[in-house]
Order: sequence, then C-alpha cells, then structure tokens
Amino acid sequence: METESMKLRTFKAPRADIHLIEGGSGPDLFFLHGAGGITADNPFLNALAEKYHVYAPLLPGYGESEECENIRTMLDFTLHCHDVMMALDLDKPIVVGHSMGGMIASEIASVIPNDVDKLCLISSAGLWLDEHPIPDVFAAMPYELPELMFHDPVAGGAMMTAGADFSDPVFLQSFLVQNARQLGMAGKILFPIPERGLSERLYRLNAKTLLIWGESDKLIGQPYAEAFNKAIPGSELITIPEAGHMVMVEQTAAVVNAIGKLG
Amino acid sequence: MKFTWFNLMPWPHLPADFRQKHKSVWVDIDSRLYDPVKGHDVYNDYMDMLEYADALGFDGIGVNEHHQNAYGLMPSPNIIAAAISRRALNAAIVVLGNSLGLYNPPTRVAEEFAMLDVITGGRLVAGFPVGSSMDINYCYGDIPALSRERYQEAHDLIKRAWSDPKPFAWNGRYTKLRYVNTWPKPIQNPPPIHVPGGGSVETYDFCLDNTYSYSYLSFSGYIRAKALLQGYWDRLTERNEPDESPYRAGFAQTICVADTDAEAEKLYKDHVSYFFNRCLHVAPGFADAPGYRTIKTIKAGALSQFSPNLGEAAHMPWKQLVDEGYVIAGSPDTVRERMEDLIKGLNVGNIFCLMHVGDMPMDKTKYSSQLFAEKVMPGLRNMWPDYADDSRFWPTPLEKRATPGPISDRKPTNEGA
Repeated sequence: METESMKLRTFKAPRADIHLIEGGSGPDLFFLHGAGGITADNPFLNALAEKYHVYAPLLPGYGESEECENIRTMLDFTLHCHDVMMALDLDKPIVVGHSMGGMIASEIASVIPNDVDKLCLISSAGLWLDEHPIPDVFAAMPYELPELMFHDPVAGGAMMTAGADFSDPVFLQSFLVQNARQLGMAGKILFPIPERGLSERLYRLNAKTLLIWGESDKLIGQPYAEAFNKAIPGSELITIPEAGHMVMVEQTAAVVNAIGKLG
Repeated sequence: MKFTWFNLMPWPHLPADFRQKHKSVWVDIDSRLYDPVKGHDVYNDYMDMLEYADALGFDGIGVNEHHQNAYGLMPSPNIIAAAISRRALNAAIVVLGNSLGLYNPPTRVAEEFAMLDVITGGRLVAGFPVGSSMDINYCYGDIPALSRERYQEAHDLIKRAWSDPKPFAWNGRYTKLRYVNTWPKPIQNPPPIHVPGGGSVETYDFCLDNTYSYSYLSFSGYIRAKALLQGYWDRLTERNEPDESPYRAGFAQTICVADTDAEAEKLYKDHVSYFFNRCLHVAPGFADAPGYRTIKTIKAGALSQFSPNLGEAAHMPWKQLVDEGYVIAGSPDTVRERMEDLIKGLNVGNIFCLMHVGDMPMDKTKYSSQLFAEKVMPGLRNMWPDYADDSRFWPTPLEKRATPGPISDRKPTNEGA
C-alpha cells in the first residue's frame, strides 16, 4: 500500500476553499466521507487508490477545510459537493459515500441524476424509520462511540483513541474545537434527526447503485440497508460479515472488492 | 443594588438515589417521576413564594425558561409571570427569559412581553437568552451551528416589532412574515433587556453593542465566576465603553440566611445537597451539542456550566460549599460580608438571589428570605452610589398602576361543574 500516493491539497470551490485528498490511478472515484471525517493516511482510501483515481474532498469545517457559514441546508451540501465534482472536471465518476457522505451522494444522484451513473452507498444515512431510531451520536460521549461504530468495539476503540489524552487540557481543547467544527457542520443535516426528505427524491435516481452494509452496524442498522434497497430500483445490497458501521475500516479489502462490481 | 428573588422551580420529589439510578435530570428524565397532582401544590407554593418576596420588598421577582427539566418546571415562564403579577404589585417582573429562537414566529415573544409589560404597568425586565444547549438543541431540536444566527434574526425582528409604528414585511432566513404589526406594544419601549450568558465572547459584545445587561446564571458561586465576568469587564475596557456601570452585569447566587452560621447549616444543608446532588445531575452528553458554542468561545476556554467539574459539588461537604462560595450561607452578618465580596469582586449591580434551594419547604424559604430582606439587603443597598441614577437596566413603571379589583369571596369548588 503506497500511502505517499495520496496527497492533500487545497482546492477552491465556489462556496468555500476546501482541502482535497487525491491520488491513485484508474477510473475516477469521488468519495464523500462520514461525520467523523477522513485523513490522507486512511487505509481504505489508499486501498481504493490502487484501483482508482480517488478524489476525497473534505467538507467545510473538516480537517483544514475552512468553515462555511453559508452552507446550511441539505441543498447547500448537495450543491457544494456537486460544485467540487464539476470544478475537478470529473465526468461521471464512481460516486461513493459513507454514512453522512452516503446521504449527500444519494442527494447528488437524485437531484442531478444525469451526472451520476455509478453510485455506492456505504452504511448510508438519509432515511429515518420510526421503528428503528438511529442512536443520537451528538449526545454520545467519546467513550460510547466505539460500541456504536464497530463490530469489534475494543479494536475499533483503540484505533479511535490512539494518541488521545483527554486529561491533557491542550488535547481536550483541540478535541472540542475539532468536534465543534466537524459535528457542528454535520449537525446541519444530521441534527436532531438525520433525515432531510431524501426518500421523496430517490425516485429520480437512475445510477447503477451498490449498497454496502456491515452486518452488525449498530448505528444505521440492517433495516436501513433494506429500506434503501427497496427505494432504489435495481440496487444491489452486499452485506459484509464481522463489520459494523465503519465497515470499510474493519473489512477494507471486502469493501474495495465489492465496489469493483460497479465496473 | 437591585435584588431579584429568583426561583428555578425544582421538582422537590426526586428520589434519594436519583443520581445513582437515573441518567439525567434534564432532556430524557423519566416522566414517571412527575406527579401532576403534587405538581398542583408545587406550582402554587412556588408562586406564593414569589409573591411573598414582593411583599418583603425585593426589587424584582424572577422566573426563567427550561424544558424537560426537573429542576426548572417552567417551560413557559410567561405563564408564571402573568399569574404572579396580579398579587405581586411592586417588584419588577424579571423574565430571564424567553429563548428567542424557539418561538415561531419570534413575534410571539414581542407580543407576550408586551402583554406582560402592559398588565404590570411597565414592570417587566425582558430576558433574551439564546437558551441552553439542552433546552434549545436537545429538547427543541434547534440545529446547534445555526442557533446563533436564528437567535440574532429573532432578536432583530422582535426589536423592530416593538419600535416600528407601521406594519412591515420581514423577509428573514428563518422567518418570513408579510405583515408584522405587533399589538399590543409595551409601555416601556423597549423594556430593559438582560441577556443570560455563559461566557460566549459574542454575547459580551452583543450586550455592549445594544446596552443590555449581561447576566451570568452560574450555580458554582461567585468565587468561580470571577474569571468569566472579568472577561466581560475586560472586553468593555478594550472597547472603550463610556462607563463601567455595575448594572451592566448580573449574577445568580445561592443564598441561605439564618440566625447563626450553625443554624444555617442545620436548616439548609439537606436542601442544598438535594440541589447539587439531584437537581444538577445532567448527563454530560447533553451539556453542549457540537456547534452550539462557537470556535472562538471554545478557544477562549469557556466550557459548559455543566462540564464535569460541577459534578464535584455533589460530593462536597457543607463547609467546602460555603468556603468556596457555591453557597453564601450563615448569619445576616456573615451573609452581608460575603455578599459585599461578591458585589465588589464581580462588579455587579443586579443579584439574582436563589433563596429557594432544591426541595426547601415554604417555612424555611420564607424565614431565609425575610432575614435577607430585613437584615442583609438594607446594608447592601448603596454599594454603587456613583451609579444610583443608572436607569438603563431596570424598569420605570407607571406611577399610577391598577390593582386587582374586588370580585367575590368565593372558594374553588367543583359544584355545578
């Protein structure tokens, strides 16, 4: 795995200057990260880069991307991410989104259906089922997250908290700032209920769609995989065992292989 | 000095093992702990206390807004304010306040505050809080990163609704109204405005920009409040404001008065413990929704008043609570001395006196309040002689005010119902 192949660079989009992780060779793949964000050394992105030319923009407020007060609504998020796609001059890239990123990817594919013909939603947010309420990550304490995010919370938790020392005030402050920037931004489409009417727009989507779900996803569980599968005509659902919400972290190779099905 | 007798209205029937058995006093508290029949007495007792404080000569009687909260039983403080205003005839009615962004449309606040001001003959102090994260984000679903923008727009709309003599159109981001034409208008236009804040840098500036009084409603006492209020005064100095009137700021303090220091401990210790142990048991996950505090404020080091360190008070012995200023308690002399430290140390002219604490019963509350009014307040009255004429932050009521007229001497009954 060649981590040096992924580069972080700044990029000017119409609404905000953002940071973009880019690298690899092969067909273009546009990746939208989840509420937790993503970094250039992410093993999943690097595995994708062996088969694809990966473009992974960081949403405003994530990493070094500047905050953007003018992105408030679902439509703003959708258009901003589509703006980035256009500014990168991507012609029908494979669009992949995880969790919140899946929600935005579904919106792009529904609102501007002619620009997306291959779509992969991994543990995607965007729907709400009253019988299966999604746990409130905004009120969760950091120590409660591994249980929600991973099939193996011990291993996942160790990964999440590597280098974290909450008793150090300097670390705590930088953690709170990062949390406020990232989850503050995410909250605009996920708080208090992670649903902004997507189900009423999915009929417009005409991309070949692959749904990838961790079998033991405790955040956005299997009923959501089934609901997406039902709502998107011709979609295919691939369930990956021994994986939770962070399926591409816990079963990287299996997810990369599955995306290969989109061609 | 202006002393406001302030009641949070805690539910006094939380079980002794509440802290151990329940996750949070706020947001997702078990509703089976509430009993509406007991609640009937609780509300009426609490309103009696507020009215009694008016009779004792407190300058103001105060209420505030909380939701899904067992230490604050006033989702609508305006209802309590209206109810007490017919028997409390002299004190300012301090509503601290209405979380502006939660009212849809926010002209509702302009209307209800105008009603209160007119009913009371111009005795309203209008509180304009953003609201706590628990209230506005977790209970009312307001999106944290947008709360301040919504608040600011609501504020501008309410102020204009009071001041503009003609109907106007309002094309806001959060509120669109073709005809804004608030009836009635307040007697005081605008009423004095107090803004409860928790250390947000933006709120300091907002108060200074608009000549509003900044209130710090802390539960951890005046010693720990020093840094936060100093931040406000430093900001005022930095901006070269024309005066540093102590009435530009207010502070909430738990106060218990008895004949002697020992009697205060004996009488009030358990009720104070009830407050810090049971009432302030807030799940840390609800303390601060990400995005609620601005980056600037977090970097300035302001954490939620419900950050883990408040939990320490739950286990503190009485002496430590008193020594560290969480509670000002003791004989009238002791309390007066500590109050002088508070008033001078924080440079505040408005004190929100938390005289009813936790599950304190009526007789003790009255006893403590009466001692404060008669033996403590007079000695503190003129601590700011240079600003005695500063009327910007306190109501100027009508000279001639109506009183409730006679109806009959009937008692409540279900007969004929």
